[in-house]
Amino acid sequence: MNSTPTNSRWSAYLQLVLARLRELIREPEVVFWVFGFPILLALGLGIAFRNKPADVTAIVIVENPQAQDTLTMLQHSPQPASFRATVLPRDTALNGFRLGKYDLVIETNSGGSLEYLYDPARPESVLSRALINDALQNSAGRKDPLLTKAVVSSEPGSRYIDFLIPGMLGMNIMNAAMWGIGFGIVDMRQRKLLKRFVGTPMRRSDFLLALASSRLVLMLIEVGLLLGFGALFFHMRVLGSLAAIILVGTIGAISFGAIGLLTAARAQKIESASGLINLVMMPMWIFSGVFFSYERFPVIIQPFIKVLPLTALNDALRATILEGAPLFAHPSRILIMLIWGAVSFLLALRFFRWT
Amino acid sequence: MPLAIHCRDLRKTYEGKVEAIRGLNLSIETGECFGLLGPNGAGKTTTIEILEGLLSSSSGDVTILGRTWKRNERELRELMGISLQETRLSEKLSVRETLTLFASFYHRPRPIDVILDQLQLTEKADSWVGKLSGGQRQRLAVATSLVGDPKILFLDEPTTGLDPQSRRQLWDIIREFQKSGGTVLLTTHYMDEAERLCDRLAIIDHGQIIAEGTPADLIDRLGGHHMVEFEINDNSPLDRWRSLPGVESVRHDDGLVALSVHEPHLTIPALLDALSKQRSQLLHLSTRQASLEDVFVNLTGRHLRED
Repeated sequence: MNSTPTNSRWSAYLQLVLARLRELIREPEVVFWVFGFPILLALGLGIAFRNKPADVTAIVIVENPQAQDTLTMLQHSPQPASFRATVLPRDTALNGFRLGKYDLVIETNSGGSLEYLYDPARPESVLSRALINDALQNSAGRKDPLLTKAVVSSEPGSRYIDFLIPGMLGMNIMNAAMWGIGFGIVDMRQRKLLKRFVGTPMRRSDFLLALASSRLVLMLIEVGLLLGFGALFFHMRVLGSLAAIILVGTIGAISFGAIGLLTAARAQKIESASGLINLVMMPMWIFSGVFFSYERFPVIIQPFIKVLPLTALNDALRATILEGAPLFAHPSRILIMLIWGAVSFLLALRFFRWT
Repeated sequence: MPLAIHCRDLRKTYEGKVEAIRGLNLSIETGECFGLLGPNGAGKTTTIEILEGLLSSSSGDVTILGRTWKRNERELRELMGISLQETRLSEKLSVRETLTLFASFYHRPRPIDVILDQLQLTEKADSWVGKLSGGQRQRLAVATSLVGDPKILFLDEPTTGLDPQSRRQLWDIIREFQKSGGTVLLTTHYMDEAERLCDRLAIIDHGQIIAEGTPADLIDRLGGHHMVEFEINDNSPLDRWRSLPGVESVRHDDGLVALSVHEPHLTIPALLDALSKQRSQLLHLSTRQASLEDVFVNLTGRHLRED
């Protein structure tokens, strides 16, 4: 550096990227959010979604002379492993049911007829009743008139974890871009560093480009970590090409970076900027299908949900990762992100304060 | 050769209400060290930031080295170095990294090692900015303004809050820059800084220049180079002392009577004589060289650092 007499066109840009990356990597909080958070998230999800045997339904049989017969019938049914039955006095049985310890209470009447006590509001209770009824009827000699065959399917790609990881990826891209750009700029403005930079021959476009580039580098690391963990721990099948995933992520990151730039256009204090950034992101955390599908919201607000940039990003990521859709298979989603990005960027340029 | 800095009838009104600058004219020669001296809130920072092209003026013209901000911004940025009143450089970057970053903005920067050596920061080159002392930070701030090899240096309150040793170090650096042919414009509310460092000064109060000239000129204009200050046990009218030999002006100052005189050896015996005649008891008597502070008090009736 010292021996070079003149600087080239891009030396300022390169130094700005380098300085920003150094600063970020030397900040413990950033290291945590970029590297630690995806790992912790993956670990947490790993514990929550580890491979468990199919749920065993716990039922209780009210103690009376016929109770033992019912238990024997159940144990001789074709699928004795899928339930756990206990015989208890009536009061204890009902109390256990009320506390959710048992999904179903069976009382055998002296005439041999059965009485099921279940809670229609508890899915496992409804399921248990159907299951136990089938088991008992089959055991008693019921013949099904229709011949059926059940095929087991828990293929990677259709599980909740497969739905969740692209959503987390989308949310992480939004968080990182909004905070990295928005917070970073307001912090530098508050420290009068923006003003100091503007007092040099530095090109303002180089500065913004460098800020965005340094964030993109971190985004690539985050995407890699999350997908890597998904593939390693949950045998998540990444169907789309890595290039397509990175491209979708980059478009999302640039779009959110522009929105972050707009939120930071005027704020002089970090406090006011953080409020604004959270205000912009909160509706998307809820509506944009990060943790659950937005199809659950009323149909009437679906069109509004679909034009949110995070919805578009999540949908595009899911289509790319889970279905292997090529980039231009979903032009409307890409377009939504690009429009949000472009409009925010133009507005930001119009209102931005360097000093 | 064009003037280094020239501005005419500069005005700045904030939000249509506060008039921060009210018609300022400045002509600063190349190679000069020019000081804007005034109390806080006088309009020094507003003035220097308009000249630096960081703030727009409400009206008036500014030319720097014969160029204007409107037409030659990039060229001007290459020619000047600035140090703002308060910039918090990134704490997690080292001194060398910070200077390398600033150097990359200029077309033809000076070598980092030379700057480090000149500003006595070589030892701290690899320390993070967050670990530097106040004086070292301020030297680094000035270093970032020198790294582009500027022709003009703008320094806003460069030594505020520094210990005496750090201040002297910075003064040496500024003098060295001036010796190599550079022009300096600085603001300060320290009169000793202005007296020692500046070739010429403008004293600013309420957004206007109330006096301009070399430090010696300004003190000369007081009439006397010496101040005689005394306190007595009764209140005689001030006019009583104006007729003493050698007295140029008279004022009250913190319970003292301050006489601006050019020949203390004539004034003091006459003063003592007068006091014994009116049977007043002398509680305090001192003499000292007149300073820019006296000039300011004489012009405004207030002290520079009254805030």
